[in-house]
Amino acid sequence: MRSANLLSPRLAAIAAAALLTLAAAGCAPQEDDSAGGTATPSGTSAASCAPTGLSTRTAGKLTVGTDTPAYDPWFTDDKPANGKGFESAVTYAVAKQLGYAQADVVWQTVAFNNAFAPGAKAFDFDINQVSISDDRKKAVDFSSGYYDVRQAVITLKTSKIANARTIADLRGAKLGAQVGTTSLDVLNDVIKPTQAPAVYQKNDLAKSALKNGQVDGIVVDLPTAFYITGAEVPEAKVVGQFETGGARQEQFGLVLDKGSKLTACVSKAVDALRKDGTLAGLEKQWLSEAVDAPVLK
Amino acid sequence: MTVEDVRPDTYRPSERRIERERFRRARTRRAVTIGAVSSLATAGLLIGLVVSSPGWQRTKETFFNAHDARASLPKILDGLWLNLQLMVVCGAVVLVLGLLLAITRTLRGPVFFPLRALATAYVDFFRGLPLIICLLGVVFGVPALRLQGVTTDPVVLGGTALVLTYSAYVAEVFRAGIDTVHPSQRAAARSLGLSSAQTMRHVVLPQAVRRVVPPLLNDLVSLQKDTGLVSIAGAVDAVYAAQIYAGKTFNYTSYVVAGLIFVALTIPMTRFTDWITARMNRRQSQGGTV
Repeated sequence: MRSANLLSPRLAAIAAAALLTLAAAGCAPQEDDSAGGTATPSGTSAASCAPTGLSTRTAGKLTVGTDTPAYDPWFTDDKPANGKGFESAVTYAVAKQLGYAQADVVWQTVAFNNAFAPGAKAFDFDINQVSISDDRKKAVDFSSGYYDVRQAVITLKTSKIANARTIADLRGAKLGAQVGTTSLDVLNDVIKPTQAPAVYQKNDLAKSALKNGQVDGIVVDLPTAFYITGAEVPEAKVVGQFETGGARQEQFGLVLDKGSKLTACVSKAVDALRKDGTLAGLEKQWLSEAVDAPVLK
Repeated sequence: MTVEDVRPDTYRPSERRIERERFRRARTRRAVTIGAVSSLATAGLLIGLVVSSPGWQRTKETFFNAHDARASLPKILDGLWLNLQLMVVCGAVVLVLGLLLAITRTLRGPVFFPLRALATAYVDFFRGLPLIICLLGVVFGVPALRLQGVTTDPVVLGGTALVLTYSAYVAEVFRAGIDTVHPSQRAAARSLGLSSAQTMRHVVLPQAVRRVVPPLLNDLVSLQKDTGLVSIAGAVDAVYAAQIYAGKTFNYTSYVVAGLIFVALTIPMTRFTDWITARMNRRQSQGGTV
């Protein structure tokens, strides 16, 4: 019985060995820089933050990612490029600070889950109400915070928790929040409800569940809460907001690739905008309805 | 030929036979060695390729982080309980409903036409409707009707949507099985004086069901994985628990953990399917193959 091998074993072994050496020698393309090291703000001069000095995805353009649908009041009409809505306005302010014209800003649809995927990013930075946290910093770079977030609970006016005054009043209710948000963390860690929270892929689904009475209330950030109760679900009301700790003040930041060369420049731009009052002005302009809600103790 | 006629001690294998067996053993040894070496070389090559890729370090951190695996496991297991409950309950209901639909579709006689038409319409509609749309419709649509006494529990509604879709699939599997039973079987049963219902119950169905066990189990495995889609309604299953963890920490290890758990669940099911199939084949080919 002769085995009908196309390739004699000796040849096969030699071929395998050759392939192995090739692989070990790294025929795979090498990245030009080692990822993992974060740029330090001190090491970048103002000059290198000009569009000519920035190594963006497309030379001379600033590619910005956000999820779709883009929600009010952060964006309007689901059109990030119209400059309306808080985050759209912040993006164009940051671009201007870096020296990009309005026409040089290119928008990319990037799902929340893809924003932190390893590998090449489709954006220079992503703006999507992403809260800065130490865990997340292991996977991506954040700019300085551009918005101080407060979380709130909304419910239907007819609900049993409509008149809740304290966190304890919410404990027995069925509450919901969106996946991947700090609203969900607040729900779990601050309220500590007795019933398992309902977790939704998008705020749209959470709103439907609220209208249908499948949940008693949902936790969202304060501007979103005022937008939902003011424009989208008029039969709902803001129950109250949660206290924010000084040192633990939660902030939204721009997401950049881990070790991105732009992080320092973008952070500097955000810091400058905070200093000269631009951010405060934009907040007033787009999030002004976010007046205070009673604080739940 | 009796037992006494065979005297094993008189049998001596010839030199040629011993030589032939020795040669075959040597060939087998050689084949095994070559197979092992080539498998090792292939594995080494693949591992080398992956590990030497420029992004390996970050991929390892993001997808294979032991700390994140440990941290996400408890919640994933909590979620898995929901998957298993849904799978057992929906699986049982789907089998019963699918069989009823299949029988309805194979009823004979003009009087049953409306029933047949209804069952056909149902199967056509729900087999074609994407499961996610069916889920969204049932889970968010039904509560919007504000019907008295109808539950708004997302798990119950999600389970209902799964049953709607999967019973249509399973009905077709059963119907295919019923159709493969040769008409002569039915004719023989009727000529023995069995009624139409008795023929179905004692002659056709036992053969039909036995024939479609493998595709049925296929659908059950598929159902097991699709139970996770119920999470669209806010209920947290294993995959969703993994997603929540990933969204919080920006680390994908939890997905890998959940994926491996599902694979580990499916493998016993697959082996069971294979075993059933083998046993059926043995039974059917009793008396030897022709």
